[in-house]
Amino acid sequence: MLAESLAISAALFAIGVVGVLVRRNAIIVFMCVELMLNAVNLTFVAFSREYGFSGQVFVIFVMTVAAAEAAVGLAIVIANFRHRQTVDLQNINLLRG
Amino acid sequence: MPHYTNLLYSFHFYLFGLIAIASALIFVTRKSPVAAALWLVNVMFCLAALFVLLDAPFVGIIQILVYAGAIMVVFLFVIMLLNLGPGTISDMRGKGVSLIAALLGLALVAQLAAARHSEPIAAVALSADSLAIIQKAQGAVPPVAEPLFNKYLLAFEVTSVLLLVAIVGAVVIGRRRGEFLGGHTNAR
Repeated sequence: MLAESLAISAALFAIGVVGVLVRRNAIIVFMCVELMLNAVNLTFVAFSREYGFSGQVFVIFVMTVAAAEAAVGLAIVIANFRHRQTVDLQNINLLRG
Repeated sequence: MPHYTNLLYSFHFYLFGLIAIASALIFVTRKSPVAAALWLVNVMFCLAALFVLLDAPFVGIIQILVYAGAIMVVFLFVIMLLNLGPGTISDMRGKGVSLIAALLGLALVAQLAAARHSEPIAAVALSADSLAIIQKAQGAVPPVAEPLFNKYLLAFEVTSVLLLVAIVGAVVIGRRRGEFLGGHTNAR
């Protein structure tokens, strides 16, 4: 089942990448990042079956980082929404040259 | 014969895999953030099922508790807080960007598909089904907890600092201007 897991993981990761590139809603972009992290978790679990439990430990670390990232990222989205009344990434262009 | 080669196992594996991919596709094409979030929850449940099928029941349960239960609730909460109901206009980028993104996605799938045929390195690979055997002897949690608190103890402790920083960061970024400094709220 290793090859199948990696195929599913690849498809999910690519869908996440396409979502990040295509969508402009900041919250949906964040959710696409979560999808990519989930795809990587599937790879970790699939390989942990071949190499032992360290892969599952790493999944737990990835989840912790994802939780921290979601908390800070959504706080940034809220702070930005207070200033501009939008979550559209096209309107967030202060750093654009 | 290892238990995971039988037909019922394969059927469930492919079923949950296909539902996960289909839900992910629906997720990135939904206009409404709430609908997108709920489809993503569906993806996460399917992934939890795949984790259980891949001899990682503890990770599967944590996936449901932490991802579907906590992180996605935070997302839904923020969507509610910002009052982003079903949008009338789509937030998709233009046709050109979408086409390039789709091509990049296909290229990525092709690359990852080419890499997936790699065989496990024989020197460090475990024998088939050994995870299931260990779990049958020790239970689902101890084999995961043992490396977490021995080999990866430092990383585990650093993680607590990361979470602390994230909590402080979220509170500081999310507050209103001057809210915790002067003593009263300057609500805009």
